[in-house]
Amino acid sequence: MTMIEAIRDALDIAMGRDSRVIVFGEDVGYFGGVFRCTAGLQRKYGPTRCFDTPISELGIVGAGIGMAAYGLRPVVEIQFADYMYPAYDQIVSEAARLRYRSAGEFTCPMVVRMPSGGGIFGAQTHSQSPEALFTHVTGLKTVVPSSPRAAKGLLMAAIEDPDPVIFLEPKRLYNGPFDGYHDRPVTAWKNHPLGEVPEGHFTLPLGRAEIARPGRSVTVLAYGTMVHVAQSGADAAGIDAEVIDLQTLLPLDLETVTASVRKTGRCLVLHEATLTSGFGAELAALVQAECFYHLEAPVARVAGWDTPYPHVHEWQYFPGPARVAEALRALLEEV
Amino acid sequence: MATRKNPETKATKRANVSKDDLLKYYREMLLIRRFEEKAGQLYGMGLIGGFCHLYIGQEAVVVGLEAAAEDGDKRITSYRDHGHMLACGMDPKGVMAELTGREGGLSKGKGGSMHMFSKEKHFYGGHGIVGAQVPLGAGLAFADQYKGNGRVTFTYFGDGAANQGQVYETFNMAALWKLPVVFVIENNQYAMGTAQKRSTSTPEIHTRGQAFGIPGESVDGMDVLAVKEAGERATAHCRAGDGPYILEVMTYRYRGHSMSDPAKYRSREEVQKMREERDAIEHVRELLLQGGHAGDDDLKAIDKEIKAIVNEAAEYSKESPEPDVSELWTDIYA
Repeated sequence: MTMIEAIRDALDIAMGRDSRVIVFGEDVGYFGGVFRCTAGLQRKYGPTRCFDTPISELGIVGAGIGMAAYGLRPVVEIQFADYMYPAYDQIVSEAARLRYRSAGEFTCPMVVRMPSGGGIFGAQTHSQSPEALFTHVTGLKTVVPSSPRAAKGLLMAAIEDPDPVIFLEPKRLYNGPFDGYHDRPVTAWKNHPLGEVPEGHFTLPLGRAEIARPGRSVTVLAYGTMVHVAQSGADAAGIDAEVIDLQTLLPLDLETVTASVRKTGRCLVLHEATLTSGFGAELAALVQAECFYHLEAPVARVAGWDTPYPHVHEWQYFPGPARVAEALRALLEEV
Repeated sequence: MATRKNPETKATKRANVSKDDLLKYYREMLLIRRFEEKAGQLYGMGLIGGFCHLYIGQEAVVVGLEAAAEDGDKRITSYRDHGHMLACGMDPKGVMAELTGREGGLSKGKGGSMHMFSKEKHFYGGHGIVGAQVPLGAGLAFADQYKGNGRVTFTYFGDGAANQGQVYETFNMAALWKLPVVFVIENNQYAMGTAQKRSTSTPEIHTRGQAFGIPGESVDGMDVLAVKEAGERATAHCRAGDGPYILEVMTYRYRGHSMSDPAKYRSREEVQKMREERDAIEHVRELLLQGGHAGDDDLKAIDKEIKAIVNEAAEYSKESPEPDVSELWTDIYA
């Protein structure tokens, strides 16, 4: 199953189980979504449960918050994460804060899905990874799946969660486990073990990381596309790296992270988003605070350069396997 | 205070209003005014900090619309929200204690003046970002429509918020989906310190629904009966399944935008003229007196009763303890 099919499956099952679940966004209903994640849902559940909206991100998310406050379970699609900015005020000022400002009387069980990340030549307005803008906001949960299996399990959990969840879907992973080698043929999910997705109702708990690949020499913290790039980078360097797939950035599974770093004594933090003030900065700070006496080298970061997401130099921007391998080697040389 | 020469308006003639109704509106409007005056005092004494937007002058808007509301209808508004809460029956003690940031406040002191809620009274907040409550109101109406419960959502915002883009995103969606929502534009003529003519290209904001096929009308917001009547037209439209309706309620706030506003953008005379000639409470008072529904003594008794409620709220807001510091970390996630 592809990640697109897994997401559609999760939405389908959630809608089938709970009539409060409604799915909407730009092109989501009749057309089935720009990436086809909602294809067929309107036909199956009708236009009151899966429908198109105007191109009004602020209004869409605001309406979703109102629906959630009165007992529905809206799942909103923002067509690209890059289109989220007009809705940011509603996400920050309303969705994230409703519970606190009403002292728990009102809540906002809403999921905002959005395809994120680059690797598709989308240039600066169709490639960004804005996760740090959400992890900085208390009251939100932020989830980034790295496989069809994770996408289904985490999305179903997000829909059932009582709090607002930002669900960032790495669009480069929609059709296959992208390892960072853009010039090689694309692998299909059907040839990957994590393309096997449990049938029926299936959740993976939010706030739980998974060890994507066990290792002893160095811990690599990654999420989304970079989980796969981390592994190909480790292979390229020939280093026995332990790759942690964070899955949920907030709340963070710090226990799994620290257990691994205490074991390996070295840590590389990876993300596709720009380096400065990225989520990696938070991870690096936590790791140094929690694992200081176990560290054999400073925590290293590999991330997108501090530039707008480029069109022509996409693969120079993208922190691919070569940069990961280089950073891993440098980490191991530190004494 | 000078009174209107003739309190009978077209609306009052049409309404054939009962004594009980008039007394009810009088009492509710007076409660808001006295409550707000007390809040202003507590603010001056340093017991209320931060932001505090008083509703004085606008009382007829929310009291008139509440008179048109049915059980289960929802309301959501901006940061000038104390009046809305009192008018829908929320406990004055809880409102005042929220202003003072106490445990007994409706949001345990975490929300403050601009952020209070009541599930019981279907009050969906107090929102501190100008215009941000408008799409939420459409979402609430969507949920009502989805549940088929026949309810209407009153979505209040000001003339200043009417220039926010999200309002028009919401108009489009509400009209497209025929949502049962009444958009109430409380036009008090000033967006904080900017007069409407300095900020708004078309002064008749109620006509802005035309582009979306939403009917709208301008209402005399200093006449509680005119407001109620318009509210009934609007809710009938919504309940009939005909979609949203816009009421631009022309009103006036006597005090500054917030307590920290010296109000230098308008003349003292302008304010005084509104108070003397158009005051909504005086209007009902005159209707009561001239219609022979109540005597001075009756009204004095009501004044006394309201004063007692407000004093009790003020006392409570001082006595209720501050919430424990541990509350800082609660109600963030489930």
